[in-house]
Amino acid sequence: METGHTLHLPLIFMAAAVIAVPLARWLRLGSILGYLVAGVILGPSALGLVSDPSTILELAELGVVLMMFLVGLELEPKRLWAMRRAVFGWGSLQLLGSAALLMGLALLFQQPWRVSLVVSLGLAMSSTAVALAVLAERNLGRTTAGQSVLSVALLQDIAAIPVLALVPIVALSGAGHEEGASGWQALKAVGAMLVLGLGGRLALRPALRWIARSKTPEIFTAAALLVVLGAASLMHSVGLSAALGAFLAGVLLAESEYRRELETDLEPFKGLLLGLFFMAVGMGLDLAVLRQQPLLVLALLAALMVCKTLLLTAMAALMKMPMPERPVFVLLLAQGGEFGFVVFQLAQQANLIDADQNSALVAAVALSLACTPALLLLSDRLLTPKLGRKAVPGGAALEQPQQAPIIIAGFGRYGQIIGRMLYANGFEATVLDHDAEAVAALRRFGWSVYFGDATRLDLLRTAGAAQARILVLAVDDIAHSLEIAALARQHFPQLQVVARARNLQHYFRLRDLGVRLIERETLDSALMSARSVLELLGLEPHAARKLAWRFRQHTLEQLDLLFPLYKDEAALTAATRRGRQQLEELFAQEREQAALRRQRRGWEKPDGGSH
Amino acid sequence: MADILLLAAHPDLATSHVTRPLLEAARAASHGPGHLQTRDLYALYPDYAIDVAAEQQALEAARLVIWLHPLHWYGMPALMKLWVDEVLAFGWAYGPGGQALRGKDLWLLSSTGGAASSYSAEGHNEHPIESFLLPYTQTARLCGLRWLPPLLLHGAHRASEVELQQHVRGFVQQLGSYPQWCPRRPEPPRPEVPQDARPALFSSVEPL
Repeated sequence: METGHTLHLPLIFMAAAVIAVPLARWLRLGSILGYLVAGVILGPSALGLVSDPSTILELAELGVVLMMFLVGLELEPKRLWAMRRAVFGWGSLQLLGSAALLMGLALLFQQPWRVSLVVSLGLAMSSTAVALAVLAERNLGRTTAGQSVLSVALLQDIAAIPVLALVPIVALSGAGHEEGASGWQALKAVGAMLVLGLGGRLALRPALRWIARSKTPEIFTAAALLVVLGAASLMHSVGLSAALGAFLAGVLLAESEYRRELETDLEPFKGLLLGLFFMAVGMGLDLAVLRQQPLLVLALLAALMVCKTLLLTAMAALMKMPMPERPVFVLLLAQGGEFGFVVFQLAQQANLIDADQNSALVAAVALSLACTPALLLLSDRLLTPKLGRKAVPGGAALEQPQQAPIIIAGFGRYGQIIGRMLYANGFEATVLDHDAEAVAALRRFGWSVYFGDATRLDLLRTAGAAQARILVLAVDDIAHSLEIAALARQHFPQLQVVARARNLQHYFRLRDLGVRLIERETLDSALMSARSVLELLGLEPHAARKLAWRFRQHTLEQLDLLFPLYKDEAALTAATRRGRQQLEELFAQEREQAALRRQRRGWEKPDGGSH
Repeated sequence: MADILLLAAHPDLATSHVTRPLLEAARAASHGPGHLQTRDLYALYPDYAIDVAAEQQALEAARLVIWLHPLHWYGMPALMKLWVDEVLAFGWAYGPGGQALRGKDLWLLSSTGGAASSYSAEGHNEHPIESFLLPYTQTARLCGLRWLPPLLLHGAHRASEVELQQHVRGFVQQLGSYPQWCPRRPEPPRPEVPQDARPALFSSVEPL
């Protein structure tokens, strides 16, 4: 029976996830809503299969921690530093502004100022977990909206310490000795960050290298988890949020050579634990409160969402964010956050609010979390097309099915050259680009470019992928490019794909997907420059052209040889070195032969060559 | 490997009147796999980067080499000429040790814009066609190739559909009956080319 019991919980969770998430995705609701609903159903207020959700929440918070680590991995210190203004400026504006609005509202309703202050701060927080998971799910991490959401989420994580410190102070109302304690705590926090920063710089990378040399994959995975948990618990021990610690550790390792490995090793843990986290949040939703005081909960929910939406909409306008990205930014940050739960818990302990108020607040926040995916979906359907049109005049949203035999995905520097050449010769193409501003600009110049993300199957279909002959794959983003190539292969096998490769790995992975017509984007222009150099050195232009062409052929042959090895880094390096050596030998041989020919009697260079 | 090798060279095959139907007929008439190989030079080397080794390999296997191209400015199209320059290398096709093509047949399949009558002392081209083909015949002799009577279509752009079809049929027939129609004369002696008289004009890559 013992084993039966330990297996019981994972069994329930796995089954729930496996059923709920595909179902939610099939309904196009996003996996997060799937997890949340599964949690509500499993939780004490519905089926009651899980009796103590809070302990699971604790474990599942690791999912958030891992996610923050992975977000950090994508962010080199340089870029983080460049974000400082966004983090502290816009982040503070969001937190303080939202709190001020909510507090004003609360004071209007004759609430005591202490309660108003603490509750407002709790509600001003947004769910980093939901926000970043949605960004990842929709591949929006690198957009303006994505970066702004990250900035604000980071500030909220940093602000967690002062907010938590504030609750007891407010509760005690002016007890002087607390000041010193929080000062000491701030000092500890700064110290911990320094330890993490220096330790990460000096010790982490050599340690990882040493571990990687043991060539035991599971030990490397363990080390990766250890790094994250270590950083998280260090931060936690000084009162900072564990997620913030993990994030900083991620940033420190963003430039290391193990970034990709860490990512792939931790990704599955993150996914599962994050799912568990969302389920735990769903379980925490007390349906009884909803029955007893539905109006209070709904009023809180409305206040929370409306106040924050107003502020965030104004912020998006001030930030001059591209129109189509604004709904995501606003909705992701307008929801409440899991950190609010902690604040309310603390407030209840400090006797600022009672248990009923606490559960009403928790219910409001949890409902806002559950609403967000649905609201996002609604805005996708109703708002985004309109906003897209507003930013991109003249029907840039792709609605009518297109017929052109050529589809160009990505109309940046690369795609434009191809498109211009095709148009100049009278060929029709349907052009897709997901940069709204670029689309607007191009349309001003008379190009029929449509705003759209070519990684979406339905959009490709509307663009005519089912009957087109050729797909030009010219998007900047490697992940997108591969995604589109895979979609084309799976759903539109008749499409001949002409692809742009950003680098060697990209080239190989495209070939793996069956794409044959791939150009490495820098090869030919670099060869043209090489020709210019040879000409400046005194070579005849034609000789320079031939040498460049020969080099090109050799490079392509090399690629063919390397392709089967590309997953094996050591073999790849060795083969590359061998190839380079071969080319050098070849050129040396030719120079030698040429010298011999020149020495041959009867042929002087000036009048040479005539029959 | 093919024992008949047809090298086609037309800089704009899509608008070709004569070369394209001939090429298509040759492809259709290829007697089973390996017997006849066609190489469309402008399709193989749109960037004029001829793979000399591959070309020489194809030549070595062949007994009959056919050159199929229109006559442009009294000669072969530029890529065909580059092919001659680069592939028929000193020491391989001619000169000391240059035996690779010896005893093979060379058959020219060509078309001219001018009418047959223009290739005469009275016509605007002022010389018989044979005079313009002198570089071809001498190239063949230098390489030890047997020069077969060329199949020419004059006034190609004015040729009617019927005339064209007749021309193509004639070609297919001759192809099928090769080598019955070839002149049975002894191979003429190859001119001797001293080593220092003919430098290797072209290698695949000019020396640095």
